[in-house]
Amino acid sequence: MHFPVPAALEAEIDALIARYPQKRSASVMVLHALQDHFGHLTAEAMEWTARKLDLQPINLLELVTFYPMFRRQPVGRFHLKVCRTLSCALAGSHALHHHLCTKLGLNPEAPGPQTTPDGRFTVEFVECLASCHTAPVLMLNDTLYEKVTPAQADQLLRQSS
Amino acid sequence: MSTVPSPAPNSSPTPALGWTPPPRPTGAAAPAIPAPPAVDTLTVTVNGRPVTVPRLTPDWQGKPAPTTMLQACAAAGVSVPHYCYHHRLPVAGNCRMCLVEYGTPALGPDRQPLKNPDGSLVIQKSPRPAIACATPVTPGMAIDTDTPGVRAMREGVLEFLLINHPLDCPICDQAGECKLQEYSVEYGRAASRFVETKVHKPKQVDLGPRIMLDDERCILCTRCIRFTRDLVGDDALGIVHRGSYSTLAAYPGRAFDNNYTLNTVDLCPVGALTSKDFRFRMRVWFLKETKSLCTSCGTGCNVLIGSRENVLYRYTPRENDAVNRSWLCDFGRLNYKWIGRADRLRQVRVRGEPATWTRALAELAERLRAIPAGHAAILASARLANEELFLLRKLAQHLGAETDIVPRHGEGDRFLVHPDKNPNTTGARVLGLAAAPPGANLPRFAERLRAGQLTALLVFGEDPLKHGFDPETLQRAELLVVSDLLPNGAAELAHFVLPGCAHAEKRGTFTNAHGRVQRFFKALEPPGDARPETEWLGELWERLTGERASTSPERLFRQLAEEVPAFRGLTWAALGDTGQDLPDGPPPPER
Ligand code: SF4
Ligand code: SF4
Ligand code: FES
Ligand code: FES
Repeated sequence: MHFPVPAALEAEIDALIARYPQKRSASVMVLHALQDHFGHLTAEAMEWTARKLDLQPINLLELVTFYPMFRRQPVGRFHLKVCRTLSCALAGSHALHHHLCTKLGLNPEAPGPQTTPDGRFTVEFVECLASCHTAPVLMLNDTLYEKVTPAQADQLLRQSS
Repeated sequence: MSTVPSPAPNSSPTPALGWTPPPRPTGAAAPAIPAPPAVDTLTVTVNGRPVTVPRLTPDWQGKPAPTTMLQACAAAGVSVPHYCYHHRLPVAGNCRMCLVEYGTPALGPDRQPLKNPDGSLVIQKSPRPAIACATPVTPGMAIDTDTPGVRAMREGVLEFLLINHPLDCPICDQAGECKLQEYSVEYGRAASRFVETKVHKPKQVDLGPRIMLDDERCILCTRCIRFTRDLVGDDALGIVHRGSYSTLAAYPGRAFDNNYTLNTVDLCPVGALTSKDFRFRMRVWFLKETKSLCTSCGTGCNVLIGSRENVLYRYTPRENDAVNRSWLCDFGRLNYKWIGRADRLRQVRVRGEPATWTRALAELAERLRAIPAGHAAILASARLANEELFLLRKLAQHLGAETDIVPRHGEGDRFLVHPDKNPNTTGARVLGLAAAPPGANLPRFAERLRAGQLTALLVFGEDPLKHGFDPETLQRAELLVVSDLLPNGAAELAHFVLPGCAHAEKRGTFTNAHGRVQRFFKALEPPGDARPETEWLGELWERLTGERASTSPERLFRQLAEEVPAFRGLTWAALGDTGQDLPDGPPPPER
């Protein structure tokens, strides 16, 4: 099956693989590299990785379905990850998540990541982001926002365009 | 005190498939037997009783590995419930069913074991339990499998295994041979305390052409994954998702279809993996089990026939370390349906007319007496048993007949399947019924028939029309005798049609491609007139020669072992369940 991986990305992946005594050990890193580039991991991406690492696709499907940070579906351009572990939950992260969802017209009750139809926003609950002392926290793409109030969340949404 | 067998020496390099075939006898000279090495043992106690075990025990690949608590318990006659552990698979240690409590000898300040006043060791109990399947024993270790703590752990493990289980035993094929059922009865709680909503998982997953998966029943022991990955070399299965959503799966779009998939049905301790061929056909507790052999290739895998009311429902593997260990190939396992075919030959016929055995055999003996020596040929089959071939050998000698068999070559593999597709080529060769190479006489038979030099052809279990004879040639025979199980072209031309028995309908022995002589037993009654070949061949012999002949396979085997040097020293009784090798091994291959 054809899965076009740009030469630069493949070179990066080859370098990753070379770091490990066994190719297989690079699985998670290779998947991250592919996800960073393509946004999510398709069946073709897993099959490509299997060929690359002399594995069977099932070996990679096991990893991709095990780790919540691997995605098999595309996410929005702005990915909001709201922490729901204890400290944040006590500090109001569920209300925050509910607020964001209603604001964006998403169903707060549905499990898993929710994406707006225009593909701009994804809201998702995640587990502890290791910033419990500033709960509640969320991440917008790769940036951490601390002690987030609903008003600040609205502002974040406005700034994201 | 009891002991477990000492480890086998690890003689050859690790094969790719995780198993080293046992060494085969190579020549007539008996090898000098080296003195057995002193086995390094240690003593532990199991539930207070001392048991001495070797320090090392062969692991799943036959390599010496430290003896585990589970093996020590087995040596002490104490069974420890387990799911993920299987003696032929790598240890995974994931199900926790085998948890036991244990202690080790307490040491004094001088690092010497402390003793009680009565001289016994002071045991320091471990604060934590350990999984018996993966924990090596150490000298003086005290293992306890029957404490309130162990009982509570077993109960706990079972309770967790059942929280998302559908509890559908009444419609589950595994019921009756399900470890979850058995252990729940023996070690579990009587009632469920689970009031939450169960996680639902895929049901009726079409895993491959022969396997149906019910993920809700799976207890995630990974036996199936390890078998196909580590023994077959087909890394086809895995567990996807996480926690209580963990789901056994093949990669979407990839069928689990290697030639050994049905072994995972046997390995699966629960009803998650079921055989499409067997599911919903019969409750296992109704099945009568008969020790038999697979006849689909020269390996001669040991099987148990499961039958009820004269219907064969399944083959399951019967353990034999020297032949098939615990496995069967899918092809051989499913190649049983012909036995119950509705069009089996069931009528004795003489020139197309139904006849009784008495009349047919009397007439046949008369016709055979009239054939001048050298004018008959016997086309035997390497699907016949040693005892039947032995009688044919006597008949051939009496008639001065040439003999041969039909060779069947096909694909072999590195796991079980042998390229020889006959179950008893070796028997036919050592009994002198096969030409060298087997099949070499067939064209000559046809030629001699056409030339009028052969006037009688006796065919057993083969269709000459499929092996180079045309109907005109066969019709040249003044006497054409066909004994077979299924209708074929030659039977239609035959003067005598004598219906025979499938191996499942009689007793006997086959000699596999490696020279192992193995017994099989009768599970079913043959259809119609069909009778075991030894019976009517013996009767024919008597009519022909006036000499009494044995018709029981046991007695024939004794005669055969006396008269045929290749079988010398073997006895029916000593063959036991797993067979014995020909004293000189199989004859060298000839092609
Ligand atoms: S399908 Fe059966 S053998 Fe495979 S993991 Fe599940 S319970 Fe174990
Ligand atoms: S390997 Fe041969 S003898 Fe064994 S089950 Fe398969 S066909 Fe039968
Ligand atoms: S609980 Fe939210 S960051 Fe730790
Ligand atoms: S049998 Fe020991 S953990 Fe499964």
